[in-house]
Amino acid sequence: MRLPVGARATQVNGFFNAHKYLILRRISQLTILMLFMLGPLAGVWIIKGNLSASLFLETIPMSDPFVLLQSFVAGHIPETTALIGAAIVTLVYFGLGGRVFCSWVCPVNVITDLAHWLRRKLKIRTSTKLSPNIRWYLLLLSLVMPLITGTIIWEQVNPVSLLHRGLIFTMGLGWFLVAAIFMFDFLLVERGWCGHICPMGAFYNALGKKSIVRVDASSRDKCDKCMDCFAVCPEPQILKGPLFGADKGQSSLIDTGDCTNCGRCIDVCSEKVFEIKNRFTR
Amino acid sequence: MAVAGVGLAAYTAKSSGLDARALRPPGALNGIDFLSACVRCGLCVEACPYDTLKLATLFEPVTTGTPFFEARSVPCEMCEDIPCQTACPTGAISPDLASIDDAKMGLAVLIDQENCLNYQGLRCDICYQVCPVMDEAITLDIRRNERTGHHAMFIPTVHSDACTGCGKCEQACPLEKEAIKVLPLEIAKGELGHHYRWGWKEKEKAGESLIGEMLELPHGLPSGDTK
Repeated sequence: MRLPVGARATQVNGFFNAHKYLILRRISQLTILMLFMLGPLAGVWIIKGNLSASLFLETIPMSDPFVLLQSFVAGHIPETTALIGAAIVTLVYFGLGGRVFCSWVCPVNVITDLAHWLRRKLKIRTSTKLSPNIRWYLLLLSLVMPLITGTIIWEQVNPVSLLHRGLIFTMGLGWFLVAAIFMFDFLLVERGWCGHICPMGAFYNALGKKSIVRVDASSRDKCDKCMDCFAVCPEPQILKGPLFGADKGQSSLIDTGDCTNCGRCIDVCSEKVFEIKNRFTR
Repeated sequence: MAVAGVGLAAYTAKSSGLDARALRPPGALNGIDFLSACVRCGLCVEACPYDTLKLATLFEPVTTGTPFFEARSVPCEMCEDIPCQTACPTGAISPDLASIDDAKMGLAVLIDQENCLNYQGLRCDICYQVCPVMDEAITLDIRRNERTGHHAMFIPTVHSDACTGCGKCEQACPLEKEAIKVLPLEIAKGELGHHYRWGWKEKEKAGESLIGEMLELPHGLPSGDTK
């Protein structure tokens, strides 16, 4: 009988090793959110603001380069604080992998991961076909529209900043948008939001195309084709080449901006095919 | 994608206009400039010691995520050090505002004269008393009370050059619903025709009347006589 996804890895490597990156990611997402919420909730000001712009320990500014770029296109030259902040954030993701933002920081990821997990548990297989390139068109749109309207247009509806801001300040009717994304991912399109639509993901995708930290299918010769990694990967199309392309001379390094460095493939692999590598010393 | 773009533009256009009851923090850039500069981070909200500022949520009549306050509930306390301005990383709350007394968050308008107590000849004076720029932004102008015939009325009169739009008067108005309201400047202020000149100001500028002191106007008698 076919074991559920990840069960074999738990048997062979133990529960912790089979969930290591998942647990670390949830801790990361929750810690970052809690640090932001501690201020308004408990008066402990470790970090102020939200993901769009913040101030860490009253000294280090951080700001989202995507939002700042929209602001720039809309015709505003930001103050130095915001520019330094954007430089810091850009450098971090340039090194760690752009979409590390998606899987280790973004609060919407928890919602869409839950939708995907429920899909698997309830064996919902129907999914409307949608081009994963929509995000690139939307990214283009979000960077061209400010030119016409003179306002930061995507931030009116961006669910990522909306959810994060809402949790720290007030959510209001923003919950409708969050619920809509959950239902969309749960019932309509598998990995619909993060894997197809989110222009913010596309921006960080572009930012991290050549990032230093990368997942490597270094022991791909040990792969037993159980396909568990394909089941959990948020962008499963990126696994094929590095895993099975050895005879075509394809590198085992998953070297694409699509990869979120979530490490879930490392978790669920009972044969320890994958590991996190630095692109230079691998 | 075009549909998404148009939809997004429509939603933006609809929510770009600031609700008449919502005021921006002191020093905020005007209208569309603010919407191009504000990244909706809430640093100003967290910097405000009086919980005056709030961030707009989805479908509120203020652009999503941007800071605003409602004078009737919590007005701006006009902090000397303007912490919201210091906290703003992008300059959406402009660093050009040097003193809080120069802020132009809105303009107080005594909008309901039929219910204002002072307009009935009473000495409420609360808006005048609470004004942080007392006797400059709101003065009490004396007028004869026609109803009693032998009393005075003290009419609260707002002066736009001194009013910062902080909203203290609106908050303090003792009526069930305030008679004095702080409105965004675009709504509160009129604008003179650009060709229009005030004769007496031009006279002062030129040092003499531009068209001669006394005008000889034709009397227009049917006989054609001018005298």
